[in-house]
Parts: sequence; C-alpha cells; structure tokens
Amino acid sequence: MDKKANYKRYINAKVLIYLVLGLGSILMIFPFIWMLITSVKTIAETTRIPPTFWPDDIKNTAAYRSVTNSLPFFKLYLNTILMIIFRIICALVFSSTAAYALAKLNFRGKTLFFTIIITQLMLPSQIFIIPQFKMISQMGMTNTVFAMVFPGIVSAFGTFFLRQAYMGIPDDIMEAARIDGCNEFQIFYKITMPLTKTAMSALAVFTALIAYSDLMWPLIVNTNLNKLTLSAGLSTLRGQYVTNYPVLMAGSVLAMLPMIVLYLIFQKQFVEGIALTGTKA
Amino acid sequence: MNTKLKKKKQKKNLIAYIMIAPTMIGLVILNIIPFFETIRMSFYKSGSFGKWTFCGIDNYIKMFSSSGFWRSTWNTTYFVILTVPIGVFISLVLAVFLNAKIKGRTIFRAIYFLPMVVAPTAVAMVWKWMYNSEYGIINNFLRSIGISNTINWITNSKTALLACAIVAIWSAIGYDAILLLSGIQSISKSYYEAAKIDGASGIKQFFHITIPMVSPTLFFVIIMRAMTSLKMFDIIYMMIEERNPAIRSTETILMLFYKESFVNNNQGYGSAIVIWAFLIIGVVTLVQFIGQKKWVNYET
Repeated sequence: MDKKANYKRYINAKVLIYLVLGLGSILMIFPFIWMLITSVKTIAETTRIPPTFWPDDIKNTAAYRSVTNSLPFFKLYLNTILMIIFRIICALVFSSTAAYALAKLNFRGKTLFFTIIITQLMLPSQIFIIPQFKMISQMGMTNTVFAMVFPGIVSAFGTFFLRQAYMGIPDDIMEAARIDGCNEFQIFYKITMPLTKTAMSALAVFTALIAYSDLMWPLIVNTNLNKLTLSAGLSTLRGQYVTNYPVLMAGSVLAMLPMIVLYLIFQKQFVEGIALTGTKA
Repeated sequence: MNTKLKKKKQKKNLIAYIMIAPTMIGLVILNIIPFFETIRMSFYKSGSFGKWTFCGIDNYIKMFSSSGFWRSTWNTTYFVILTVPIGVFISLVLAVFLNAKIKGRTIFRAIYFLPMVVAPTAVAMVWKWMYNSEYGIINNFLRSIGISNTINWITNSKTALLACAIVAIWSAIGYDAILLLSGIQSISKSYYEAAKIDGASGIKQFFHITIPMVSPTLFFVIIMRAMTSLKMFDIIYMMIEERNPAIRSTETILMLFYKESFVNNNQGYGSAIVIWAFLIIGVVTLVQFIGQKKWVNYET
C-alpha cells in the first residue's frame, strides 16, 4: 500500500518536472521562433490589426534581401570568423605554455606572475579599454581584424584555467619521459599538452562565445561597416530600421545562424566546455 | 655535479621564462600599463587634437556632482537587485529539475543553454520587438486574455529597466543552471538516501541538503552574476536608444562610460567613470567574500 502511494508520488513528481521544464523550454525557444516568423513577414503584416501569428507567405525573402543590401554580411561573417580563429589560437598557444610553466616548472618570479594573472581576472576589462583604443589608433590599426583580436592576444583566464589542467597531470609521466630522453619542450609539447585536450577545447568554446558576443570593443575600434563583427554590424541596424521589424529580425537570424549551427553540431562540447570553465575557475 | 645540477636548473629556468614570455609581455602591455594609464587619465582633461591637460580631481568633482552619474549608479544597482536574486534562484530550481532522472535531459539542457550562443545584440532585437507596445506579441497576448491597457514596456521609465532585467535573466539562467547542475551532480547520493529514510520531503531536501552542499558553486555563480550585472552594457544599449524617454532610468554606469568616452570623446571623464565602476565591483565582491563565511559550506 505504502509502496503504491510512493510510486504515485514519484509519477506525479515526474509529470510536474516535465511540465515545468516543458513550459520553460517554450519560453526559451519562442523568441527565436518569433524571430524567424517575423523575418518572412512584410511590415504591413507585422502592424496588422487584429494581429496574425503565421506569415502569409513563408517564402517571402524581401526582408533578407533588404538586410543583405544594407549590411555586407559576407564580410561580417569573414571578420567574425577571423577574429574568433585568431583569438582561439592566441589563447590556446600562449596560455598553454604559460600554464605549463606555472604548473610544472620552477622559476623566480612565479608568485608575482601568478598574482598578476589573478589580479587581471578580478579587474573589469573595460578599465583597459581607453588606453587599448589609444594604442590601436596610434598604431593606425583601427578598422582591422588585428584591432579586434588585440585585447584577446593573451588570456589571463586561459592561463589560469589551463594551469588547473596541467596541475592534474602527475609528475611521474613527465619523469618517465625525461628518462626516455625527451627535453623539456618535448615533454610539454608531446606528452602533457595532448592530455589537456578537454580543457583546451573548453577554452576554445569559451573564447569563441566571448569574442562573438562582445559589442563594446568592436564598436569602438571599427567604424567602417565592412570591418565590423556580426554583433556590432547588427547593432548599426537599430538606428536605420527603427520600426522595420522584419528587416531587423532577418538581420538577427543571419547574425545568429553560424553560432547556432556550430552549437547544434557540437552541443555537447559547448555545454560541457562551459560547465568546465565555470566550475574549474 | 653541483654545478651541473645548477646549470640544468638554470636551463629549466630559461625555458620557463620563454614559455611565460608572450603572456607576461602581453599582460604588461594590454593590462598593467593600461590600468595605471586609466588612473592617470582620470586626472586629465582631453582636449581637441589629442592634447591632455592636468586637471587634478576635476573629473571626479564633475562626476560626483552630476545627477546623471548618480542616476546611472542607481540604475546599475537596481538592475543587480532585479537580476541576481531572482535569476540565480530560477537557475538553482532549474538545475535541480535538470538533475532529475528523466528522458530528454540533454535536450532540455541544450534548450535552456541556447541564449548563451546567440549574440546579445540579436537577443535584444527580438525582445524589443516582442515588447513593442502597439504590435508586440506580449501586449497582443495580454489583450487576448483581457488586459487591454497598453503597457509601454521599454518606453515607460517605470517598466523599462524591469523589461531589460527580464531579458538578462532569460539569457543567463541556462548558463547558471549548467554550472549549478555540475555542482549538484557532485553531491553524494548518500545524503539524500539518509534524508529519505528520515522522511524528509523533496522541498526539505532542497533546503537542507542541496543548498548547503552546492553552496560553493552557488557562491561562485552569485559572484559572477553580480559582476556581469554590474557591467551591463549590451542588452540595454541595444534595447533603449538615446531618444527613448526611458533612457534616464535605464542608463547603466558602463553605458555612461561608453557615451562619455567614445561618443562625447571625453576620455578623461570616462576614465573616472570606469574607475568608479571598478570600485563598485570591488566593494560588492569584497562584501560577498566576507558574507560567504556565514552561509557557504566548504566541508564535503
């Protein structure tokens, strides 16, 4: 009897969980669906009274044509991809070497170096922005991909995060490699670095997401529409098409498409990578 | 033997320096020098043609006597109050639900995480459209259930910041829930089994086992969320334009910083503002670190 009541309670709890998670999921997905639906509507449809939910013509690409006319999307994609790739390479290469030195080697000034990294992590990145901008403009590098990569050339977070990964590698492995005749650099490159693969891919995902969603820096260093990132480029539409929502939504769809596609393919790496960067840091 | 060992050690030392060199040089150029440079600039006035003149604490006097500055400080504080407690609570409940043994867990997890992979600019755009007072779907929905007075979500100064806070919460809960979920998953099952034998209900288990055991992760999430909210820029910048009558009640410290430094080209004043932002973030974080002793449980 008691068992039966327990079972019933268990089923009820499950139904409740599905219900809450399901309703929540609708709230999470709906804005994106609404974005898609609006992007194939005409302005007249979006301002119709009484309002209609479904578009009259699902194959209406007028808004997409307008938005690709006013924004050089091909270039925005290219700029964003290049910025992300360079930032990932920099973060992985420089942070890996520094993290290895911090975790496995002894050198004078180690504590100081580590303190600098921790301090940088605590400071809001905006505090560096004006001087960074001045450097870029003094170098005459505004409106370049380099300008967008610039603040991310080195990553204090990446160094800190990968240091944890290297600390988890037992010294015995390195000792064995040393006996086998590996030099210090080979030990790093051939033996330990491959062992931090999970952490490196997590850092890559993290770096990509931060770079992709950043708005303030690209807006500051790039004024040329052809040199903007997707985020920043999209933000310029807001003054141009104040009430033309189909065009704004078409632009948003195009801007979020590449990341969504990557997310759908590498969903597990994304979610687990982010969980790793969050909990290990 | 001794010298050989010493030589080997020196060589290792050299390798270590080579390995940290790029990061070290980068940090000096990109962060350490700029940090002090910003402090220095906050005592200077930027004139035309890149001419800087020392002006003592004028920027700070101007800042502390500006009503716009205090308004933005209040808006930022209010935004933190609106987003952090509610957002983190929803994330925690969500994490507990996502931890349940149900089918389709990964799909749910992926759905809630979705806003994280979409640029905040795009997120802000679609919400702005949904909030539209005449044609927005939210007001249309409210009208269809009989609430016919039009709410000007993002143009009324009473609701605008709340509307932005909802978007920020909506964007962040998936991310926070996933962090909390990994914290919850590391709680030993034996606690719950013991609680079950003692007859503790699910809600009791949540408050007496889950929250204390996940408190280190929870603390981390609260700290990060508070920092992110204090640094809010993109969503509000996208949703509330300069012309919007609600801008006065939604402008955050960093929006003011951006406007003064890069629109009005007043970078000395901008530096003072960003230092203020840094101080607030520092104080809030410090207070939380002191307060954590009261509730964060590090024994496992």
